[in-house]
Amino acid sequence: MLTSKVFVKKTKRGGVLKVVREHYLRDDITCGSQHCTKCDHNVNVETENSPETDIDSYNVGKSKTQPLVISPPSNSELCSSSHYVIPDTNVVLHQIDVLEDESLQNFIILQTVIDEVKHRSLPANKRLKDILANSSKHFYTFCNEYNSETYVEREPGESSNDRNDRAIRTAAKWYTNHLQEYEKDISIVLLTDDNDNRTKAKEAGIMSFTVHEYIKSLKNGGNLIDRLAWKSSAGTQQEGKLIYPEHIATSDILKGVKSGKYLQGSFMASRENYLEASVNVTESEKFVLIQGHQNLNRAVHSDIVAIEMLPEAEWSCPSSLVLEDTAQAEDDALEDDSKLKNKVPEHLRQPTGRVVGIIKRNWRQYCGILKPSLLKKGTKHLFVPAERRIPKIRIETRQAEDLATQRIIVAIDSWPRSSRYPQGHFVRKLGNIGDKGAENEVLLLEHDVPHQVFSEKVLSFLPKMPWSITKEDMKHRKDLRDIVVCSVDPPGCTDIDDALHCRLLDNGNYEVGVHIADVSHFIRPGTALDEEAANRGTTVYLTDKRIDMVPELLSSNLCSLRCDVERLAFTVIWEMTEDAKILNTSFTKSVINSKASLMYSEAQARIDDKTMNDELTLSLRGLNKLAKLLKQSRIDAGALCLASTEVRFQVDSETADPIDVQTKKLLETNSMVEEFMLLANISVAKKILEEFPNCALLRRHPSPPPSNFEPVIKAASSKGFIMDCSSNKNLAESLNKAEFDENPYFNTMLRIMTTRCMMQAVYFCSGMLPESEYVHYGLAAAIYTHFTSPIRRYSDIIVHRLLAVCIGADASYPDLLEKKKTQSLCNNLNYRHKMAQYAGRASVNLHTHLFFKTRVQDEDGYVLFVRKNALQVLIPKYGLEGTLYLNENKKSPTQFVYNEEQDTQTAGDVVFHVFDHVIIQLSIDRSNVQHLKLAINLVKPQIPGFSVAPASQVDGEKEKVGPPSKKARK
Amino acid sequence: MAGLELLSDQGFRIDGRRSHELRKIQCRLGVFKQADGSAYIEQGNTKVLAAVYGPHEVKGSRAKMLQDKVLVNCQYSMATFSTGERKRRPRGDRKSTEMTMHLKQTFDAAIITNLYPRSQIDIYVEVLQSDGGNYCASVNAATLALIDAGIPLKDYVCACSAGFVNDTPIVDISYLEESGGGPELIVTILPKSEQIVFLEQNSRLHEDNLSKVLDVASKGCKDIYAILDRAVRDHVSKVSNVANTTE
Repeated sequence: MLTSKVFVKKTKRGGVLKVVREHYLRDDITCGSQHCTKCDHNVNVETENSPETDIDSYNVGKSKTQPLVISPPSNSELCSSSHYVIPDTNVVLHQIDVLEDESLQNFIILQTVIDEVKHRSLPANKRLKDILANSSKHFYTFCNEYNSETYVEREPGESSNDRNDRAIRTAAKWYTNHLQEYEKDISIVLLTDDNDNRTKAKEAGIMSFTVHEYIKSLKNGGNLIDRLAWKSSAGTQQEGKLIYPEHIATSDILKGVKSGKYLQGSFMASRENYLEASVNVTESEKFVLIQGHQNLNRAVHSDIVAIEMLPEAEWSCPSSLVLEDTAQAEDDALEDDSKLKNKVPEHLRQPTGRVVGIIKRNWRQYCGILKPSLLKKGTKHLFVPAERRIPKIRIETRQAEDLATQRIIVAIDSWPRSSRYPQGHFVRKLGNIGDKGAENEVLLLEHDVPHQVFSEKVLSFLPKMPWSITKEDMKHRKDLRDIVVCSVDPPGCTDIDDALHCRLLDNGNYEVGVHIADVSHFIRPGTALDEEAANRGTTVYLTDKRIDMVPELLSSNLCSLRCDVERLAFTVIWEMTEDAKILNTSFTKSVINSKASLMYSEAQARIDDKTMNDELTLSLRGLNKLAKLLKQSRIDAGALCLASTEVRFQVDSETADPIDVQTKKLLETNSMVEEFMLLANISVAKKILEEFPNCALLRRHPSPPPSNFEPVIKAASSKGFIMDCSSNKNLAESLNKAEFDENPYFNTMLRIMTTRCMMQAVYFCSGMLPESEYVHYGLAAAIYTHFTSPIRRYSDIIVHRLLAVCIGADASYPDLLEKKKTQSLCNNLNYRHKMAQYAGRASVNLHTHLFFKTRVQDEDGYVLFVRKNALQVLIPKYGLEGTLYLNENKKSPTQFVYNEEQDTQTAGDVVFHVFDHVIIQLSIDRSNVQHLKLAINLVKPQIPGFSVAPASQVDGEKEKVGPPSKKARK
Repeated sequence: MAGLELLSDQGFRIDGRRSHELRKIQCRLGVFKQADGSAYIEQGNTKVLAAVYGPHEVKGSRAKMLQDKVLVNCQYSMATFSTGERKRRPRGDRKSTEMTMHLKQTFDAAIITNLYPRSQIDIYVEVLQSDGGNYCASVNAATLALIDAGIPLKDYVCACSAGFVNDTPIVDISYLEESGGGPELIVTILPKSEQIVFLEQNSRLHEDNLSKVLDVASKGCKDIYAILDRAVRDHVSKVSNVANTTE
């Protein structure tokens, strides 16, 4: 049943290498149509499911019914009979949005097409795979390259593209003939936008159309037309002035990168200035500045680009300008560049380059709204993405009036040289602008947070209710039900994943136990539940909503260590001396019965109340005492105390609009719980690394490069303080010393600035890095991991599993011990973690806007950064950072003068330094519906012609309701 | 796995095989007249020649002579032109010495050694073209050569490799599939008694999966056995026909 064919390939790896690979051509690949009686559709099913070889679970032929239905109804006016559709590679790549639509069914995707898609776009490949896996779409993969009748050999002089086109035509032809012999004809339609290919197909007797022709001919295809990507074919778009320089051909780029003429890197647009970007050069990890339309040359945020360095004389520096793209007409692109033109003093110059070509586009779908258009009836519109780093996108739609009030999703198709903006197409709508649901949806989509409800399949792996602890469960567990355990959490917390106990032993030492919810008992490896949790990676906390990582039954019930119920736990027990020296550590799975779920304030009250002397309170006092000692020793080792501004909104219970804001208060008990969680994490990290040196999941926090600290050092020295950033210990000490009587907020601001200098802490797999890089800089720990919040972090579940294997309470499974898989899991977790943080912040922003919708308020603020045309102001009360634009009004009598050396802005006799106190007025700028901007105006110090009059305070007092709270722990 | 998808969603490997399919095997016995036994085998693009001399008296130092059984002497080598880049391969480098040892162990166990005490059997194996599974092809070729030489064996000795990709075991892996760095299991068995003569594993494989991969590899060995057996029977009947007609 096999014929073999050997084909020869030349590949470049340093030199020319001849590669000989076998290529087997088969006669058992079926057409996948239910109509067909010629193919033996059962052949694969039988051989593969026979008892001796039950190996292959991958085959699509597993289900007995074939994917392509007998007589698909035809909606197309071009081809009125029943037909199957074969799209070519470009159609799949560019029109994947359309292909995803439910109404398009019975497509045949050729293997040639899949291979090409895989090479050219990973996201498209993934979406294609999803479509193919969806059985209701009736898509079939035909492995034409392995079929002896449809395989074509590349002819001498033929390019691989031509060969692939020919392979597609051959397969289409084969299908046409194959299905023609039946009574009820089924025709084959080849979709291709390539004129040449279409002509050749027609010559060969294959029905062939362009996608646009085909989709337009569909009777129910109305809304599909909008979703079609623009044709990038030559004829249509050539006219018009060419705005941008040409991109260099891929082969030249690769040559250039190799020879060092060009540099490769990822393109990161600036949030603040749409004419600036930096490129993170892959080889040297250095940032190169790119400025101006011509130099940015159509690169979009997160693309992989090739850049060329400019001569040193043309180097520039970030302009400190905060610029938004407000251009109305198409052609003022060139004028924009002049806004940036300035002479840059030599010592400030940074490496500057220009984009010469795009190596890989990383376009995704973007949320945003339509820009109100002057021509209401026109079909061409501008789309403004919510993400400021993405340029506006031109789309064509006939439902503009309908979409004007909606949040919509748009995908980019291309960016021709003659167009100022990239061209895209409409994908779908999310809901009304300003509607909280739609806004939250935007937020989640923009941050790539998976937030669908859990599928039936996932839920099927949950334990059946009513649930109770069985004998089987008790096998490897210690019974700790009689110990006085309690949990301490923020108010309103329903996912309690940790509890504590402490008791005095007979020998005078303390026994301290940390009990963590045993989530890994319920989430077994390899189940759909496990996969879903691994993909979500973390629970995301928005101001008014929590997006759970695991279904609610687990997160708020079975795994939550609530009081007075029996719960499974994973316990760490230390024996400690009175001065917090650890004598020994043990780990065990256990059953506990928490005696109390306290809030931080309740626990604090118990500790402070001298009259209470019950067992629980004594336990809390013991914990508190030990925690203080632990904290001191940690600080002595050089752990940092950094500040960030976190706020809580008090939300109206009915409208869910925020009423008041307050910054989070920190009590002694917060730090008490935190200390023991840190200790548990460190102890567990040591244990799992000892047992699994190659595949332990750990968390590291790299020490930042010294250059990161420059802004802090500069800012501190302006007030006469010297920062020593040479080690975490020195840094902590300098921060402690930097107190400034006139400005009580100075120290906090310095800590906030220091926080911004830090690197991201990341998860990693121990086998992938040298041991010297395991360090956690912020905590001053040699090794660290996450163990204490398995309900809301997937990393902890993995750590639980590793630890369970260590103590013999559970068996390992293949993926757990594979370092590559663990590392790729870590990468996903890091990504999700980062996105969850951003989403949380964006949610706070959203609520800030809602809060100020009805208010105009004067607040205290401090200058955090001085920019060329703006002051960055921090408002401690709301934890907000706002931009105060200067010199916007050119006619104003007072103009600000920027002093770059000293970082000051001067207007008349008023000088603004970093850390200066100001009073500002907050209100909402409604000039742009898309981005309700928080407008900031200066109240004090008064500058005639610039500052505004103080507002009368507006107060609203309503019922206070706590939003779902997040635990602020490391 | 960067770039290469060793097993597609449709269940095909890069060269178009399904996961349980062997490469095409072609073999011939008695390719040389001078040697006592010889064979040539092609498993896909891996091509191996084997020649067997003996049993004969022990050559070289008499100290090597064994009083109770035959001395099995193996030599494995790769032709300079066997890989993509031509490379001089002096005998006795680490890799071929190891392979030689493995072959010796394998055939020590399979040959009925006590029939020829104080004598020696030489097995020479030359890889003419290498495309993964060199050891397996060498064992299979040597088995055929031993049969051709008429040396009594406990059973055919069949070797087959297996890999593990996307949670699916794949049999008879090619060079491309080997070089992906995934786990590789090499199994040599005596097909009738299903006894394992030799087992080698590269890279890590979780114990839960071991039995699955082992089953697939053993199944591969049995499939190879069927092919080798047919080749031997064809050869024998051809030889006897020739003998009959000349008589």
